[in-house]
Amino acid sequence: MTAYLTALAGGLLIGLSATLLLVLNGRIAGISGIVAGALRRPGLLWLGNVCFAAGLFLGPPLYRLAFGAWPALRLEASPWLLVVAGLLVGFGTRLGAGCTSGHGVCGLARLSPRSMVAVGTFLGTAVLTVFLQHLLG
Amino acid sequence: MMTFLRLLAALGTGSLFGFGLALSGMVDAGRVRGFLDVAGAWDPSLAFVLAGAVGVALPGFRLARRFGRPLLEVCYDLPGQRRIDWRLVTGAVLFGVGWGLAGFCPGPAVAALSFVGTPALLFVAAMLAGMVLHDRLVAPRLAGRSAAGGQAGSLPGAAR
Repeated sequence: MTAYLTALAGGLLIGLSATLLLVLNGRIAGISGIVAGALRRPGLLWLGNVCFAAGLFLGPPLYRLAFGAWPALRLEASPWLLVVAGLLVGFGTRLGAGCTSGHGVCGLARLSPRSMVAVGTFLGTAVLTVFLQHLLG
Repeated sequence: MMTFLRLLAALGTGSLFGFGLALSGMVDAGRVRGFLDVAGAWDPSLAFVLAGAVGVALPGFRLARRFGRPLLEVCYDLPGQRRIDWRLVTGAVLFGVGWGLAGFCPGPAVAALSFVGTPALLFVAAMLAGMVLHDRLVAPRLAGRSAAGGQAGSLPGAAR
């Protein structure tokens, strides 16, 4: 039960953050776009992206300040698998122009048909990937 | 002054986002994979993250549209792309495979850097390499090709 409540509460905060970023700075909270923007040539827009990414990094330490422990994290993937997965996530989110936040949260909230197709596609291949991994053991 | 406030807003909203990721369980790669394991030991709890986030952002974005412009910036910077093309779908396919393999998507991976060290660093370094590979090598070529085919300007990211 608690898992559902914390998931919902965290989701509400994520939605609030995306709303505030749009209302204040006029930007869409798409993490892949923001992180890629932090890799571009230094400038004001770049600095904004770096600040948002730094905030993301500060999220877990703030959680620890509030609750006295780090958030739970289980990571089963081997180092090689992490590298392959990271390459796919980096390349794929740039080619598809968004990830779970840009297409998932913001795109769905904007009722964007492109984002609905993207979310259906990446959820589908992610589910299929986990299924095949378990099948092949 | 406006610039400073904008950067402060970026840092503040980023922190709120990161805290939300930590609280929701989205940073827990194992739990994300449990959420994706529909045919196995399915843990549906993370669906509530998306539901909660969209539940707030949907009315929030409508409200933002009522203001003619953002409070700290001259105009909104919204995606102008409308077309559903092979790039969108191929990109989403590749992203989904990577997300399923490790259980990390970009936001949680950056957040996890602050407390899991090496494994998160490996993933994020590879992710940045994948982004640079697309933005510097592949996107310019695709833009050149589609410009020849009369579809210039259909790549977000590439033209910048």
